Amino acid sequence: MTYLWAFLVGGALCLLAQLLIDRTALTPARILVAYVVLGVLLGALGLYQPLVELAGCGATTPLVGFGFRIAEGVRKAIAEKGALGVLTGPLTAAAGGTTAALMSGLLAAVFFHAKPKN
Amino acid sequence: MAHGILTMRRPVYLLDAASVGGHEEAAGPLGAYLDRHDAKNDDFGQDTWEAAESEMNRLAAEVLLTRAGLDAAEIGALFAGDLLNQCTGSGYGLLPFDVPYFGLYGACSTAAEGLLLAALFVDHFGGRAMSAASSHFCSAERQFRFPMEYGGQRTPTSQWTVTGAAAFLLGGDRAEAARHGRAVRIAEALPGITIDQGITDANNMGAAMAPAAADTILRYLRESGREPQSFDMIVTGDLGAEGASILCELCRAGGAELAGVHRDCGLLIYDRAATDKHAGGSGCGCSALVLAGYLLAQLRAGTLGDILLVGTGALLSPMVVQQGRSIPGIAHLVRITTKEATA
Amino acid sequence: MQTDTTYKDYAKSHAKKSPLARDCARAFLVGGAICAAAEGLTTLYEYLGAAQETAGLLVSLTLIVLTALLTGIGVFDRIARFAGAGTLVPITGFANAVAACAVDAKSEGWILGVGAKMFTIAGPVIVYGTAAGVVCGLAEWLAGLLR
Repeated sequence: MTYLWAFLVGGALCLLAQLLIDRTALTPARILVAYVVLGVLLGALGLYQPLVELAGCGATTPLVGFGFRIAEGVRKAIAEKGALGVLTGPLTAAAGGTTAALMSGLLAAVFFHAKPKN
Repeated sequence: MAHGILTMRRPVYLLDAASVGGHEEAAGPLGAYLDRHDAKNDDFGQDTWEAAESEMNRLAAEVLLTRAGLDAAEIGALFAGDLLNQCTGSGYGLLPFDVPYFGLYGACSTAAEGLLLAALFVDHFGGRAMSAASSHFCSAERQFRFPMEYGGQRTPTSQWTVTGAAAFLLGGDRAEAARHGRAVRIAEALPGITIDQGITDANNMGAAMAPAAADTILRYLRESGREPQSFDMIVTGDLGAEGASILCELCRAGGAELAGVHRDCGLLIYDRAATDKHAGGSGCGCSALVLAGYLLAQLRAGTLGDILLVGTGALLSPMVVQQGRSIPGIAHLVRITTKEATA
Repeated sequence: MQTDTTYKDYAKSHAKKSPLARDCARAFLVGGAICAAAEGLTTLYEYLGAAQETAGLLVSLTLIVLTALLTGIGVFDRIARFAGAGTLVPITGFANAVAACAVDAKSEGWILGVGAKMFTIAGPVIVYGTAAGVVCGLAEWLAGLLR
């Protein structure tokens, strides 16, 4: 059942973004920033967790979920370190994905070079 | 009369032209007209896209001079430009040729701008002059838009930067001009005035440039007293489908009906039905390749007799667009004809 | 001659619009498929013994590495042209932005090219995601004090 919800919720978040791209002056960059910030806000307010429980990756794989992870990380860091957690929380939560992207990008640059489009 | 049509006082001929294109251009409807092309990956054997663009420039100039049997010492001036910052595409590519060098920036109107200036040079000083213009899809994307492998979508009004370079040779000798067919003459020119009508969408260059094209064309028609239909073709550089449509409406509102006589290089160079090129081709190389190959061939053969080439350019930079500024356009007009010059 | 506002409006209304239904359908289907596949991978990793949090990270890692690979071989942008927001919104978009910038900047060298330009496109997401996290964190901490 989670698979169906993952598909539907993930698809819906993508559909909304596509709608905004096609019909508003908002650039993809702005939309993605809005998504991640939205994820942080909803996560901090505890409003995103139900969606995560319902749709699993449908909620966490989209960029909104990245923001949600940041909010969770901040909450945990504050609980462990107090005020310092405000500074250490966000990037720590983002560390896994960011480092993975960084390393994959670096390796891609080692092994590949740009090709013209067809 | 300060902004009027510049009429050549002596015959100035487009003696010859050479063009070099990429794989898309070679596979397109006008591919047969290219003198050289890279059928594989547009790198022309170089390590970077910028060097590839320079190499295209070098090849075009080399083919041109070799075919004409001339060396650099016989060329009075070279007017060249491209889309890259500081025009390094043409600047570095044309380094081997020791000709007095004028670097130009007219964005996609550079081919027409260079041709215009070279014609004026020959008209005044005699002898021979060259002009050149180039663009490369990959180097332009890097500078103006996104990395090649980035997964973004292009809007329907966006255009495809042509990978191509062309070099043009101008001179006053009729015998030289008649070597390949009818003698093709640069008869008149009308320099463009920059016009900004508030377009901020960098993906809709056609709309940004159309007002400038309309302005130049209408000014020319008004002063010359000619009707659009008296020309075999009024061909714009790269308005694309979007800009061409707007141009026709703007001209109609200004009293000139372009239907039937208007063509656009951006729409000629690719088969838009078969390939995903959205609104059509763009870039300095667009009008350069179409003029150097297809148009020159038709003029020499006599299928075209009297045409107006209107190179169009959008004078933006990515940074300035990020700062919220709108995009100015410019259009330079050159009348190219096989009709004899009247005394 | 028309004023700037009216020509801009005219050009906007004249401009050919993207086929909305087609784009949205593609984004929905591909985006949904990626998320469903991620869900499947999560189940697989948990089955292979990973704890829940570890599995989540492993799934992200899988998607990121796969995206970088497809970006490097020159296939991802073709998928993305079709899928639009379907590949942009999931973590695949982030990974592609980083990989594409890295590969493209190679010609300017490893330090000033790849190193400096890798996050040109993905940077804002990190900056504003972190900033939002700090702001919310601050609010949470203050709220905790007041309790």
